[in-house]
Amino acid sequence: MSETTADGQPMTERAKLTFWFVALLLLIILPTLNVLPGEESWLYVSDFTLNRFGKFLSFAILALGLDLIWGYTGILSLGHGVFFGIGAYCIGMHLMLTIGTESVYGSNLPDFMVWNQVKELPFFWRPFYSFPAAVLGAILVPILCALVFGFLAFRSRIKGVYFAIITQAVALSAWLVFNRNETNLGGTNGLTDFKQILGFRLSEPGTQRVLYIITVLALGGAYFLCRWIVRSRTGKVLLAIRDSEQRVLFSGYSPSTYKLFVFVVSAGLAGLAGMLYAPQVGIITPAQIGVLPSLEMVIWVAVGGRGTLVGAIIGAVGVNFARSILTNYFPELWPFFLGGLFIAVVLVFPDGLVGLASRLNIESVRKTMGLGKHSATSEGVQP
Amino acid sequence: MSDKGSIIYLEGVIVDYDGFKALNNLNFIVNYNELRVVIGPNGAGKTTLLDVICGKTKPANGRVIFGKDIDLVGKREDEIAKLGIGRKFQAPSIYSNLTVWENLDLSLKRDSKGVFATLMSKPTAAERAKIGETLETIGLKDVPFRRAGSLAHGQKQWLEIGMVILQDPVLLLVDEPVAGMTDKETEQTGVLLQTLSEKHAVIVIEHDMEFVRQIARTVTVLHEGTVICEGTVDNVQADDRVREIYLGRQKVAHA
Repeated sequence: MSETTADGQPMTERAKLTFWFVALLLLIILPTLNVLPGEESWLYVSDFTLNRFGKFLSFAILALGLDLIWGYTGILSLGHGVFFGIGAYCIGMHLMLTIGTESVYGSNLPDFMVWNQVKELPFFWRPFYSFPAAVLGAILVPILCALVFGFLAFRSRIKGVYFAIITQAVALSAWLVFNRNETNLGGTNGLTDFKQILGFRLSEPGTQRVLYIITVLALGGAYFLCRWIVRSRTGKVLLAIRDSEQRVLFSGYSPSTYKLFVFVVSAGLAGLAGMLYAPQVGIITPAQIGVLPSLEMVIWVAVGGRGTLVGAIIGAVGVNFARSILTNYFPELWPFFLGGLFIAVVLVFPDGLVGLASRLNIESVRKTMGLGKHSATSEGVQP
Repeated sequence: MSDKGSIIYLEGVIVDYDGFKALNNLNFIVNYNELRVVIGPNGAGKTTLLDVICGKTKPANGRVIFGKDIDLVGKREDEIAKLGIGRKFQAPSIYSNLTVWENLDLSLKRDSKGVFATLMSKPTAAERAKIGETLETIGLKDVPFRRAGSLAHGQKQWLEIGMVILQDPVLLLVDEPVAGMTDKETEQTGVLLQTLSEKHAVIVIEHDMEFVRQIARTVTVLHEGTVICEGTVDNVQADDRVREIYLGRQKVAHA
């Protein structure tokens, strides 16, 4: 694979440099600054900060997948929170089972089951005693769900706003199902109070540091996977579907198969993101998988710039970073800020921050991010 | 019964849009390497005819036989495309955000157009040569890396024709190719279509009678979903029923 950017331009030396600098920063410098300097040093990165970045970067993995289906293929999914949630619940169930008798009620069953007077572990919890099964499940269950739902939706040629509405309905119904105590997934309170993962205490900064590093590596892997797809001929077919699905169909491709493929890939990435999220944040509840979080995910991609992989990552990290700062100082302002941001994106910079940079023709920014003259979506911008 | 030499053969085809019969018991036959022009007033069913052949519209009744004995009714559009039927739409239907080269590359005929085969595929020298040749044919050899959306209208039309050529179809369906073109572009398009008909069977729908005169050998006149008459341009223009259809419409227009 030669080094080129998302839209096929050869990667400039500077973009390469940026890539390695960001990789170095995330993978080595931040964790080192967490360990080496004393807590009073201005260079010190606190456990809390590092953990928070781990969370943002797991969101970035999801954003990459969402960008693949929305930014590149033009299919708006408002249900990606569900795939994220399934991934998080899969690993969460394993973590619940490893609590064992350390729980509040001292039972082998998770606390909420004792509370709900469930006497025996439900059958679907059993495979999650195994860590590999939980990890595989976190990725494969979302993939399987996407396969079934996508097959039915795309075969019936449901598209555009109808697809968006149906996925939103799925998000709502999933939220309702996960909220019920009878589902045996902890109801409204979700899964929490995790103690350990593979014998390592989750409360230890060392464990969290390793989880953070795994997240960075996973994001790198997801980025290269997406870049490979986008730059292949299949990636061009995805863009072609967005431009003229009819032409794709009459050129002998089956657009529904391509859509299913990209939907499944993005669902798998969302599941992976959820799996990395749960142990770092320590809780997963239905509130993270419903309609609102699914909408927020779309906003990340829109703000960063859909149709560029870098944009998706910048959007996910940027919006969530802003959120954690704003909710700290002005908690009640966040919804207004988010809504305002979305309106601004639609009205002022439809190609997101990345598109804004290339539209304003900020040469240095563009080169640094390895962008071509225009992003994949900027119909109106002429070279 | 299908004639031995026919590339496409429609028999008793009915397309019913909620009681309006866009095609009414239509019989239509085109032979190999023929250039056929279909004319007729608005609503005669010309575009519907192409839609039925390429699988976009399912007929309520009748048979559509491709080649010797392939029944097209009930087949999906991409399956029909793979069998060797290419369609050029009335409004240019191209991929605006891809380059001219990429547009052609995606349209190129390949053994498999499945997701994974396409994911792994690499451009070959033979493919490059074919695309280069087509760029020459459609007069876009100077702008292979232009974004297709930024081309002029006529160039877009040609690009789409080029995309259909690269599918290497046995039968080409072309819907009003010269609408919105300048006189010069129209003439060039006529030459292009005539060249194509040496190797492929071509069905062209057209309104512009001057253009029809330039390219047509055989003309089929459609009216209210059935074939009214068929023959050379002169024969057709001399036909009483054809005059009646067009004159009758003129009367209505004057009234």
